[in-house]
Amino acid sequence: MSERAGFGEALAGWLLTGPAILAYLAMLLIPTLAVVVLAFTDFELGMPGFHWVGLDNFSELLTDHGMRTSVRNTALYVALVTPASILAGLGLALLIEAGSRGKVFFRAVFFLPVVSLMVAMATAWQYLLHPTIGPVNAWLALFGIAGPNWLGSSDWVLVSLGLIGVWENAGFNMVLVLAGLTAIPRELYAAAEVDGAAGPWARFRLVTWPLLGPTMLLVTTITTIRAIRTFDSIATLTQGGPNKASEMIVWTIYQEGFSYLRMGYAAALTVVFLVVVLAIMLVQTRLIEKRTHYS
Amino acid sequence: MGGIVIEGAKRSYGAVEALKGVSLTIAPGEFLALVGPSGCGKTTLMRAVAGLEPLDAGRVLFGAEEVTRRRAADRDVAMVFQNYALYPHLTVFQNIAVPLVMRRLNAWQRLPLLGPMLSRAAREGIAADVRAAAESLAVGHLLARKPGQLSGGQRQRVALGRAIVRRPRVFLMDEPLSNLDAALRTETRRELVELHRRVGAATIYVTHDQSEAMTMADRVAVMMAGEILQVATPEAIYADPADLRVASFIGSPRINLLPAESGPDGLVRVGGWSTGLVAPGAATFAVRPEALVPGPEGLPAVLEHVEFLGDSLLLHARHEASGAPLVARLEPQARKSLERGQALHLRPLHGLVFSADGRRCPALARTSALV
Amino acid sequence: MRAAPRLVLLSLLAVLVLLPYVWMISVSLKPRSEVFQATLSLIPKDFAAVQNYGRVLREIPIGRYLLNGVFVCGSILAFQLAFAIPAGYALAKLRFRGRGVMFAMILLGLLVPAHVPAIPLYIAAANAGLLNTYTALIAPFTISVFGIFLFRQFFRAMPDELLQAGRVDGMNEASVMLRVALPNAWPAATAFAIFSVVAHWSDLFWPLIVINEGALYTPALGVLWFRAEEAGDDYGALMAAAVLVTAPLVAAFLLAQRRFIEGMTMSGMKG
Repeated sequence: MSERAGFGEALAGWLLTGPAILAYLAMLLIPTLAVVVLAFTDFELGMPGFHWVGLDNFSELLTDHGMRTSVRNTALYVALVTPASILAGLGLALLIEAGSRGKVFFRAVFFLPVVSLMVAMATAWQYLLHPTIGPVNAWLALFGIAGPNWLGSSDWVLVSLGLIGVWENAGFNMVLVLAGLTAIPRELYAAAEVDGAAGPWARFRLVTWPLLGPTMLLVTTITTIRAIRTFDSIATLTQGGPNKASEMIVWTIYQEGFSYLRMGYAAALTVVFLVVVLAIMLVQTRLIEKRTHYS
Repeated sequence: MGGIVIEGAKRSYGAVEALKGVSLTIAPGEFLALVGPSGCGKTTLMRAVAGLEPLDAGRVLFGAEEVTRRRAADRDVAMVFQNYALYPHLTVFQNIAVPLVMRRLNAWQRLPLLGPMLSRAAREGIAADVRAAAESLAVGHLLARKPGQLSGGQRQRVALGRAIVRRPRVFLMDEPLSNLDAALRTETRRELVELHRRVGAATIYVTHDQSEAMTMADRVAVMMAGEILQVATPEAIYADPADLRVASFIGSPRINLLPAESGPDGLVRVGGWSTGLVAPGAATFAVRPEALVPGPEGLPAVLEHVEFLGDSLLLHARHEASGAPLVARLEPQARKSLERGQALHLRPLHGLVFSADGRRCPALARTSALV
Repeated sequence: MRAAPRLVLLSLLAVLVLLPYVWMISVSLKPRSEVFQATLSLIPKDFAAVQNYGRVLREIPIGRYLLNGVFVCGSILAFQLAFAIPAGYALAKLRFRGRGVMFAMILLGLLVPAHVPAIPLYIAAANAGLLNTYTALIAPFTISVFGIFLFRQFFRAMPDELLQAGRVDGMNEASVMLRVALPNAWPAATAFAIFSVVAHWSDLFWPLIVINEGALYTPALGVLWFRAEEAGDDYGALMAAAVLVTAPLVAAFLLAQRRFIEGMTMSGMKG
């Protein structure tokens, strides 16, 4: 290739990427760096000027009781929603793939929550879980069980949000698992049968599960991060209550930053949030690198 | 060791009949090639023998034992798949070991951590058998690799290793050479025949490549549109095809086909030229390229093209009366005397006569036109 | 697995998943008196659809919210495509200095959740007097790192011969991109569009931060506000509002199911 053509190509390259890179700097990179900087200040919106406070925000995070609750709630929620919605997604996908009838129909039904406006659906869940007029408790009453105040009691609120979270995420996971399943060559199942893997369980252990490994890792990462980010259901249904029993990290960032306008403190919390997300992705990448057995 | 008996096997997918009542017997230790164009049902038939495909009607027997309703896992068959179907997450050793692990160890002994402790002796036996199988196929040095790190030829050997390690009573191969390059394919043919002799199991070898079938098999079964048209030795299939479709499928270049008719005396004529054969009801006269020779008399034709193959010469001509293409295989020296557009006569040394429905007509030579 | 148990199990699970939808619709048709009976009956004795939906349509500009949603999602998508397609193409098919660094930055950007830059963006918007504007709703999302990544991968898989043929025919780089690469990028663009629209139609976090003026509410904000301020315990009207804002995307999904699932599966990358 001649030098002129090379220059023309480079110019085209710069012109085509230029706008995107500028927007990237303005909307993503600089604000993200700014969050890190803000985390070391006492900046509050509307107050003139700010001071460098070093690690004060972070030490406050460690001692603040509300913050500990928020982090603990997030961890509990993730520990509940992630495994449950992954298993649900895997189960639904296997069940759908196990036969030929109704595949498209059921796939659509289970996927529906992904395309539904969460605020609206949370409102529907609120009615379902209403302690006195809600159908869930009415149904439990048929069996003589007095249902709890699902969203109104601090003992039950995380479980209830978790249920909604599983409902929201299972279909998405199912679709990812289905994509992973279709990538498994049919011949391997035939080979497994001929080789003596008689039952469905033996074939699952010999073929499905190992070949689904990378998919499951991806699903785990995605679900974990989606669970950590949970905001809509809290904002709609509980506002972190009752008694901070449903405070979770993104809701707390929102409260501190945009309700109380304590930007520096909220920025510090955001940094923690970012670090957690990055750590999860790092672990995933490491694990994927470790199992690059097939190419 | 027993053979394989298939009786009246039927299988349809919706309106499509993949198997229209196929019956076939493979003798103990026999190597049978099942050949036919793609979509003829040969793979369905093989999968039915393996137990991977249920039959709508009919029976499958191994020796005297009926296995029609038995699962693949319980049939004691080995199968080599077209794309080898190696488990990508397992090493070569583990791949070859799978059939033994599945058969010799119970569910507890197969558990990841606990299993090995419960089954030391069995596992040692498995390891020895795996090594022996791998050595016999010259993949002993690859045992620690994963399939992704192997060449096509190596993968194929591993797939063979996984098939022979358990000494199956029935050995099935589904186009095992189609993913190899041309040079390796010819070499591997011989090795597969060798391997079959060692294993000694009744073998069904599915292929769409008639030359593979002809060179490797004890007998060849030609299948088309869900039916087996003929089962015979390669020689008999070639020289004595029972059906027009068999005649044109087997042999390369293809057999020459010319429209023919029987006179009131039964004499078969092609465009007015008498073949000297007597067969009532003739519709097609077929002659192999090597049985056509240019001479002073014969089928009048115009030479269109000459193809030099080194060891022989292919002469492409057109039959004057019918416009049908004719191919003759000649000695390479014959080239000098030939030029494009030249009119010549091609004399069939021997030929086959088929009726309008494609069946072979028994023909008698009346004159010495045909030897 | 035999057919019958599988279908029974799947149907049970489907009923479970559909529960909120069924009740949402059922309650939106019931009069107040029936809503407050803790009943398991789905069919209302008296149909109150007119009252419930009437109240929503009368008291809140739901049409306006939906239009806001369409406008915001459409603008975001237009910008994202306008930035991401050329950038993805250049990163995939052109050689120039700094390409490696740029791609590394893109990959890095993929790791950052949208909540992270929110505080500085909010401060910037507040200082620029852009709170309560469409600009504030749209601007932060004009760049989609995921989009750039997606199009880069897509164009990389496109054979070079195709582009070389264009160059041989005398096209410059811009025409090669516009006339050869772009027309072949529809599958990626559709998938990305679905992903983007679903994400931003449902987004609550950012609109909640920058908007507190009714005229600019997105559907999500509208429902949230109606629920908190207006509806009180009028569940019938609330569910009617919920039905109205959920319906458009669900209807689109039911019409183009396969494309939606493909688009969202691809977004699995992003998490």
